[in-house]
Amino acid sequence: MPSPTPTSQPFWDSLREHRIRIQYSPSSGSYVFYPRVVAPGTLADDLEWREIDGMGTLYTFTVADRPTAPPWQGASPQLLAVVEWDEGPRFSTELVDIEPDRIEIGMRVAPVFCDVPDQQITLLRYKPA
Amino acid sequence: MEQWAELAKAALDDAGIDASAVNGLICGPITESDRFVPSTLAEYVGIPNNFGELVDLGGATAAGMVWRAAAAIELGLCDVVLAITPGSAIQPRPPESQKPKRLPWLGASSNNFGSPQAEFEIPYGNLGQNGPYAQIARRYAAEFGYDPSAIARISVDQRTNACATPDAVFYGSPITVEDVLASPMVSDPLHLLEVVMPCHGGAGVVIASADIAEKSKHRPVRITGFGEHVSYKTPTYADDLLRSPVSKSAPMAIDMAGIDRADIDIASIYDCYTITVLMSLEDAGFCEKGRGMDFVRDHDLTYRGDFPLNTSGGQLSFGQAGMAGGMHHVCDATRQVMGRASAQVQDCNTAFVTGNGGIMSEQVALILEGA
Repeated sequence: MPSPTPTSQPFWDSLREHRIRIQYSPSSGSYVFYPRVVAPGTLADDLEWREIDGMGTLYTFTVADRPTAPPWQGASPQLLAVVEWDEGPRFSTELVDIEPDRIEIGMRVAPVFCDVPDQQITLLRYKPA
Repeated sequence: MEQWAELAKAALDDAGIDASAVNGLICGPITESDRFVPSTLAEYVGIPNNFGELVDLGGATAAGMVWRAAAAIELGLCDVVLAITPGSAIQPRPPESQKPKRLPWLGASSNNFGSPQAEFEIPYGNLGQNGPYAQIARRYAAEFGYDPSAIARISVDQRTNACATPDAVFYGSPITVEDVLASPMVSDPLHLLEVVMPCHGGAGVVIASADIAEKSKHRPVRITGFGEHVSYKTPTYADDLLRSPVSKSAPMAIDMAGIDRADIDIASIYDCYTITVLMSLEDAGFCEKGRGMDFVRDHDLTYRGDFPLNTSGGQLSFGQAGMAGGMHHVCDATRQVMGRASAQVQDCNTAFVTGNGGIMSEQVALILEGA
C-alpha cells in the first residue's frame, strides 16, 4: 500500500473523497504527475493543485499471466496498464471490469475509486469508459 | 567481495598485468556494504588507487564502468583500472536473523518510503521487469505492428551462437521460432524464451593506458567511442516510450569513434528481452524506426551471418549472472576483437556494445576497436 509523503498528501486526500487533484505549473502551462516540490524540467516553484475528472486513454498495458511478485499470487491475470490523462500526464494503474482480449491501446477509460478502509487509502483503477 | 577479488586476479592474469600496476578501481554495488564500496574493495585486495568509483546504472553499469575508466586514464588520473562485476548468488549467507530486509522480488523497483515507485507503481503490481518491458512491447505493437515470429528470431539466432559457445548455459540446446512461441507467456506479449536466463557467474575487464595495453598478452582493444543517456526511471513517465535512450547514446559513441555503422563487425546489444534488442537496433540507427522486425527477418544474426549479434548467446542464451550480465556484452565484444571468441567472427576489428539499465531507462554505448 502507498505511504503518502507531505508532498503527495493532497493527491491521496482527494482520492479518499473520490476526486482527483494533480499539480499544475502555470509558468510551463503543463500538468505534472507524480507530485513534486518544483516543476520538472524548469524547476519552477509554482506548482498548484487542480482538480481533473480523471478521464483518459489507454497508453499501454500488459496481461501478466505469471504473478509479477508473491503478493499477487492467485490474482492472475494482472491487467497492468498506463493511462494517459486528457491533461497530459500518465498514470500507472490496473484495469477492471474488462476481459483481457477486449483491451485496446487508445481506448477511452474512466476512473474507478477503490477504497481500502483499513489502510485509510483509496487506489485509482480504470475501466472502459 | 570475495568474488570481486577472485575475478580481479583472473582478469589481471589473463591480461598479463601485475597487480602492482593497478591504480584505479571501479565497481557496482556489492552485498557486503551499502557505502564506501571502492575503499572496502581496495582494502580487501590491498591495492591503493587514485581513482575509486561506484557506478549505479543497473544493467548499464558494466559499459558505464568501461568508459569512466577510459576517461580517468585519458585524464592521467591512473594507468590501470579494474572493472569487475561479480554476479553469483552463491555466497556465504548470514544467520536467519540478520538476513537483508530488501525483498528479492522487487527487482529494479524501490519500495523505500518516498520512492515514486513505492507510492505510484508497486501498489498496482507494476514492479520488477517483466510487466514494464511487456508494456513497452505492447505500445510498440500499437505503433508499428508486431510479428511475434520475426521477433522470436532474435532468441533463435542467439541460441545458435550459444550452441557454438561451450561456456553458455544453453550450450547444446538449439531452439526454433516455434519453440519460442510455444513457451509459456510470461507477460503478454513476452514468452519465456524471450526473457533473460538467470545464472551464476561473474565477469570483468582491465582497462589500461595504451603503453601498458601494448605490452599485455593479447591484442589490445581500444575504446574509441562512448555515449550515455539517463533520463527516467519508470517507463510510465518516459517522454516517448518507443525512442529509448539508445537513440542518444549510440550516435554519440559512433560519432566519437568517427566510424560508419557499416564499419561495425559485431554488435553486442543488451538483451534482457527480445524487445530490448529490437528497439536498440532501431534506436542505434542500424535500421529505420519501426523496421526492426524486417531487419531481423532480413539478416542472419548468428556468428556466421551478415550481422553477428551477441555472438556467445547473449543473456538470453549464455545467461545473465546478475550485474555481470551487462559485462557479458563487453567481454563478448572484447574477445571477438581480440580473436579469442568461441564462435569467432572472421576479421573482427570493430564492435558496438550497449548496456541497458532499469527499464530501457539508462543506456550506455561503446565502440571497441582492435589496435
